[in-house]
Amino acid sequence: MQHVKANDGVSLPAALDVSGVNHSYGQKQVLSDISFSIAPQRFTVLLGLNGAGKTTLFSLISHLYSTRHGTIRIFGHDVGREPGEALRRLGIVFQARTLDLDLSVYQNLSYHASLHGIGRREALSRITSLLAQIDMSDRLYDKARSLSGGQMRRIEIARALLHRPPLLLLDEATVGLDIRSRAEILATIRKLVVTDGISVFWATHLIDEVEETDHVIILDKGRVLADGRVDDVVRSCGASSIRDAFATLTGVASAPAGGASR
Amino acid sequence: MTLQSATGPVPAMERGFSARQYLVCLKGILIREGLRFLNQRERFISSLVRPLLWLFVFAAGFRQVLGVSIIPPYKTYVLYEVYITPGLCGMILLFSGMQSSLSMVYDREMGNMRTLLVSPFPRWFLLVSKLLAGVTVSIMQVYAFLAIAWFWGVKPPWTGYLLVLPALFLSGMMLCSLGMLLSSMIKQLENFAGIMNFVIFPMYFASPALYPLWRIQESSPLLHKICLANPFTYAVELIRFALYGQVDWGSLMLVVAFTIAFLGGAILAYDPSIGLLSRKQDTGGNA
Repeated sequence: MQHVKANDGVSLPAALDVSGVNHSYGQKQVLSDISFSIAPQRFTVLLGLNGAGKTTLFSLISHLYSTRHGTIRIFGHDVGREPGEALRRLGIVFQARTLDLDLSVYQNLSYHASLHGIGRREALSRITSLLAQIDMSDRLYDKARSLSGGQMRRIEIARALLHRPPLLLLDEATVGLDIRSRAEILATIRKLVVTDGISVFWATHLIDEVEETDHVIILDKGRVLADGRVDDVVRSCGASSIRDAFATLTGVASAPAGGASR
Repeated sequence: MTLQSATGPVPAMERGFSARQYLVCLKGILIREGLRFLNQRERFISSLVRPLLWLFVFAAGFRQVLGVSIIPPYKTYVLYEVYITPGLCGMILLFSGMQSSLSMVYDREMGNMRTLLVSPFPRWFLLVSKLLAGVTVSIMQVYAFLAIAWFWGVKPPWTGYLLVLPALFLSGMMLCSLGMLLSSMIKQLENFAGIMNFVIFPMYFASPALYPLWRIQESSPLLHKICLANPFTYAVELIRFALYGQVDWGSLMLVVAFTIAFLGGAILAYDPSIGLLSRKQDTGGNA
């Protein structure tokens, strides 16, 4: 089992350890020999173009698909062998909106709490606290349908944190949001790493969401092309920025502002 | 916006779940299904209109044409309305079970299913809980129908209303399990029309819901054999006997056997390590 040093120097099992993972849909291979580790209490970016295999990888990590080749461990718990122990340590924000639009914010959140065995009283206390922190206390009993895209995303992030997971996965969490909402959500998640020691695995195709101090994993056509600190990846490619490094590694012409997409 | 993980540092995690936590999860799934049902009033009304049309229009029209001789569990000649009422109860369960499967396909397409499937509780427990929620909603619809039918002159003994509950539960479990199994095979919501034409209608018409088996045997031995192979036949007979305070043991055993088979199949189908979903990559998102 991979052990890594956390921000405070303590040796902990890796927040996420992916080893030798392959996945295919029929004859089409979408992930090939994926291996990497994510240190606890770090912000790690999974950077890749649309179709690189990010969502498939997330589906394997969250046990929606089974891992037929290779192993995935969350804080030392094998997702295939101990899915319950692995999943209770995992909070997920999916790319697609997953709130039930016919239910209220409270009903959506309390449903999630019950799916983690959290009783009504405790759930209400956590929901109230989380909504206060995202300035949405007044929307507690509003239907999810009445929320804007950015508000829905904030509720989904609050929902992912409701059961206090030490690892948070976000799949293209800022897609479809305006610049302000994107910046707010990204800043919030980054702050969680510092204040709460949560490990974050952030999948995106937007290069401007990557910072110098991040750990970055570049995924392209189902293969890991780079894995390390952003400055190390940039240096090893002989590039001047992560944008150039990405372009060099993937063979794509330098990406337009903000996006890695072709 | 600032967030903490529900306030406070990440606590050390316990292993496994207590019985109370399992109950909390079950209750949450039941409440969610109930709320969804309440939010879709037209679904409740349409679920009642369909059997009531059969009772008020079809049965009234065919009363004079389709005589029913004395057959168990009836001790006297009964009106055609009385005869088809258990079949209509079964019809509600059948449509509701399939509608529940439709909602699972919808949930998958909309992504809501993912929130259920990434719960740390065992997958079989989550599916059985969802099944129980669907059956509970179906049974409420059946009782609403029986209450209206009472005013139409369909008056089984009072004890029948109580004794039919376990029969409705078992039949509902069987039909919802079948729906769940079918939902794992349907890739898109549009394919549900096929289920309607190839599963629901054949199951309903090739059963003793509308006419006794002996009549079917007289008119078509082949159709009679098909009826005997149809699980819905036994659900209808189980409900019919229970409504009149009797147990049809043969139907009971077959309904239990079919339930185990369909439920086992559904659990296997939704198990990511062996199921159909990961092969079809249709859990509701991009691959």
